[in-house]
Parts: sequence; structure tokens; C-alpha cells
Amino acid sequence: MTETTIRTAASNRALLSRLRAWYNADTSNPVKRVQFDRPLTPWVFLLPQLAVIVIFFYWPSVQAVTSSFYIEDPFGFGSTFVGTENYTDAVTSSQYASTAVFTVFFCAMVTALSLGIGLLLAVKADKVIRGASSYKTVLISVYAIAPPVAGLVGMMLFDMHIGPLTDLAAFFGHDLRVGIDYGDTAFALVVISVWKQIPYNFIFFLSGLQSVPTSVREAALIDAQSGLRRFWDVTLPLLAPTAFFLLVINITYAMFDTFPIIDVVVKDKPANNPITLVYKVYLDGFKGNDIGGSSAQSVILMVAVAALTVMQFRFLERRVHYG
Amino acid sequence: MQRIKPFDHLILILGALFLITPVVMALMSSTQNAIDIHNNGLYFTPGSNAVPTYGKVLTHRGGFTGDVTGMRMLMNSMIMGIGFAVGKIVLSMMAAYALVYFRFRFATLLFWMIFTTLLLPLEVRIMPSYQVMSTLGLLNSYTGLIVPLLASATGTFFFRQFFRSVPDEMLEAARIDGAGPFKFFIDILVPLSRTMMAAIFIIMFIYGWNQYLWPLLMTTDESFYTLMRGIKSILQVWIGSQIPDYNEAFALAVLAMLPPVTVVVIFQRMFIKGLTESDK
Repeated sequence: MTETTIRTAASNRALLSRLRAWYNADTSNPVKRVQFDRPLTPWVFLLPQLAVIVIFFYWPSVQAVTSSFYIEDPFGFGSTFVGTENYTDAVTSSQYASTAVFTVFFCAMVTALSLGIGLLLAVKADKVIRGASSYKTVLISVYAIAPPVAGLVGMMLFDMHIGPLTDLAAFFGHDLRVGIDYGDTAFALVVISVWKQIPYNFIFFLSGLQSVPTSVREAALIDAQSGLRRFWDVTLPLLAPTAFFLLVINITYAMFDTFPIIDVVVKDKPANNPITLVYKVYLDGFKGNDIGGSSAQSVILMVAVAALTVMQFRFLERRVHYG
Repeated sequence: MQRIKPFDHLILILGALFLITPVVMALMSSTQNAIDIHNNGLYFTPGSNAVPTYGKVLTHRGGFTGDVTGMRMLMNSMIMGIGFAVGKIVLSMMAAYALVYFRFRFATLLFWMIFTTLLLPLEVRIMPSYQVMSTLGLLNSYTGLIVPLLASATGTFFFRQFFRSVPDEMLEAARIDGAGPFKFFIDILVPLSRTMMAAIFIIMFIYGWNQYLWPLLMTTDESFYTLMRGIKSILQVWIGSQIPDYNEAFALAVLAMLPPVTVVVIFQRMFIKGLTESDK
């Protein structure tokens, strides 16, 4: 009997020390050599944050998962357990499929375009000396504009009656009907969302470029005559961690932060208009009163986003500390 | 060897124009009157209607109950931005301090509990969050507008990174001088973090000011409307009206973008530093 106890204790200790090593390697690197050793004081400091997180994060999250297995009476008279029915209903509906397809397309377009343009502008701004700071100020200022404001201004530009972009399209022979035609609305949403996101990418790419040491730049200048070659072989690999970080951020932006833009442009009339999955969660929950279905869609999104973020952390912890 | 590169400048000018033209157009059109805009389209030149338009937007009592003015919305947005930024800094500095500077039981568990919140933005749990708020009776209150948004660990993450970069000798020296954990935090760590706090304040102020979906759901009482909420309702009024008040909508948009843009332009250097360095 004593033998088993000892063995269990030993294996427990081994497990514990492995866990601790993993934790230390993963989270507290570099560990502080000195720390306070008081058991109660840290709780005083942690309490406010913990309270907020438990009440406003864990409680609703758990509730999302629970109510995704129930169908709730729209008038609040109880709810029925339905197992995974909400999930199968959500995933198999044709509307969900088309929304998912649009979301993927939208994310890909917004991410590719805003990253591409942001990078191009950052590379150019890094090169010029004269006027560099005025370009920077102009390019950065748009960052602070709220998405709904961007949506409002964009909607005016694309307005069928007063919008200059509609006139421009008409000049090229296209009848731009944003808010009515599916493709035209999708186009407007992409343009507005890209417009709003360029400054963010620009700031990060520019600061990434400016942290490249002068010695590296000079060495590259000697080794490679062509600017394109230098960019491809030296600059781009050095920017890779920034680019990867931005990739995840941009996908998250396109999925979630564009909500106000869609809401303003589509104006509660999603009938024939493109919307993203997050917008559908809102629509089904608040306008359609389908709480179970909305929660099931929430949970699906949660899993997708969590996977994306975990991926980002894995990469970030490993790759960002080069300079 | 540095020469002027017309091609680079051309691309930069095109990029800057692409970004800034809509803003200029919104600003200029807000100084025109609605009928001119309706007849001639959007303007790129200033008009003579600025004073009446902004005066009306700021002081006219609109909405269904007729007691929300632009001033009121401006104030609410200000409360939201500042309240959120201050709350975020206080909560996350304290939490990060506990996580970095203390050895205690469950530290690992708490670390993961706090940082899991980075995984899920508010938007994906919006429906149950709303239900929780209504259970707690926090709809239509500043607490309800601000506190739930604090349930994300971004700030804690920034400050944790920063505290880890503070040299160990600081704590050693402080301990030799007899400073306890509270004294060390208030007298040494907080002053050391001043730049970091300012940078995070700017970022968080903009984040709070720009919130849209949450205020949209949390406020049915118009006296709690923020500018973003006001934009939504001005658009709702348009449906079915003869000539929409384009100029007023633009004026509201300008009011909504002015404070955050000003903050970013003035504190540009600090803002960029905070944004790019805290994410590492």
C-alpha cells in the first residue's frame, strides 16, 4: 500500500514539474528572478479584473453554449432541449451556406487588398525623405475614424442619387446600385472596409521597415542592385512576422469589426444583400428572435476564432523576437 | 545618392488622396444645405451653411422622445471613451502586476483564465451578453455601456509585456529599501509606466469612442445615446422622407470623427509607439 502511495506521489510530482516547466517556458519567459512571496496580496490586485471577466465573459459564453442546445419560446415561456438540432438547422440552411461563402470571400478580399496597399504605401513612405511625415499624418489619420462613420461616408459616395462613385461607374457604363444589387453592394462593402483598414497595416509595416537596422540595409544595397530583388530577398523576410501578425488581425477585422459598416450600408434590409456570419448571428438573435439558432451560430464562430487566435499565438511567441 | 523619386511620390499621393478625399468631402458637404446636395451631388468646396447646420445638429432636440441633442451625444461618447480607457488601464495594470510580480497558487490557472478572453470578441457572444445585462438590470446605464467592454485582456497583455521588460534590479533595490508590494506598485511601477499608460489611453479612448454594436443594443433610452448610435438613428429617420438631411448626417459624421482623429494626429508618435510595441 505504501508502495503505491509513493509511486502515485512520485508520478504526481513528475507531472506537476512537467506542467510547471511547460508553463514557465510558455508564459513567463523571461521569468522575473525576484517576486513577492505573499499568498493574498495578488488576489487584491486581480479581483477587479477577475470579477469583470467572470460576469461579462464567462457567464455569457457559457450561456451561449447552453442556449445553443435549446429552442426558446420567443415570448419567454420556457425552453425545450433539442440537442444539436440548432446546429444542424443552422449549417444545413441554404442561407447560412451563402452567408459563409460571402464571409470567406469578403475576408479574403479585404485582407489581401488592405495588406497589399498598406505594404506598398509603407515601402514608399520608408523610401522618401521629403514630405515623409506629412504623408504619414494623412495616411494615419483615417485609422481613428469609426467604422460606422466610414460606413456612412462610404454609403454617400455610393449613393444612387448623389454619390460621385455612382456617377463614375455610370461614366464607364455600369449602373451601380448599392443596396439593391448583390454584387454592387458587396463591392461597396469591400471598398469601404479596405479604406478603413489600410492605415492600420500601414502603421505596422512602416514601423517594421524602420526597425530594420541600417547595417542590414547597407549590406543589401551592396549585394543587390535591383530594388525589387532587395525587397524580395531582404525586406520581405524581415517583415514576415509583422505580416503574419497582421494577417490574423485583418481576418479578425474583416469578420467582426466590419459589422457597423455592413449595418449602415445594408440598413436592416438584408433580403438580397450580402452579409457576414457575425451579422447573421445578430440578425437571427435580435431581429428574428431565434435565440437557440443564433447561439449555435455564435458557438461555431467562437470555435473558428479561437482556432485562429491560438494559431497566431503559437507563431507570435516563436517568431516575433528577432530584433 | 538620395534623389527625388517621382514614382514613389506619385504612389504616396494617390494613396493619401484615396484615404483623405472621402473625409474632405464629408467635411465640405456638411457646410452646404440639403437641397443643394440633393440637386448637385456632393461638394468639394466649403459652403455658407456651416453655422446653422452644426448649430442645429448640436442643439436641436431630436429622436422620438425629443430630448437628445448632439451635445448630449458628444458628452456620452466622451464619457464612454474616457471611462473605458481609464477603466481598462486601472484593471489591467493591477492584474498584470499580480501576474508578473507575485508567486502564488493558481497563478497559471488565472493567467489562462484571463488570456482566454483574448480569443473571443464581444460580437460572437453578443446575444447572451445582452441577456446577462438585462438580468443584472444594467441596460441604459453608463456602467452597462462601459464595464462589459472591459472584459478583454488586451490591456493586461500589454502591461504584462511591459512589466516583464522592467529590470529586476528595480524590485531588488526597492525591497532593500523596505518597500512592500503596494508601495512598489504606486511609487515605482506606476511612474515608470507613464508613457505606456498614455499610449494605451489613446488607443483605448479611440476604441471606446468608436463602439457601435454594444451601445446600439444597450441603450433604448435616448439620453444615453452616443454619436455612433446617433448615426444609426439619423439613417433610420431617412427612410421615406423626401429630401434626406444630408448635411446634418455629414455634420454628425464630422463630429464623430473629429475627437479621435485629432488625438491620433497630435499624439502620433506616442500612439504609433504604443500600438506597435505593445503587440509584441
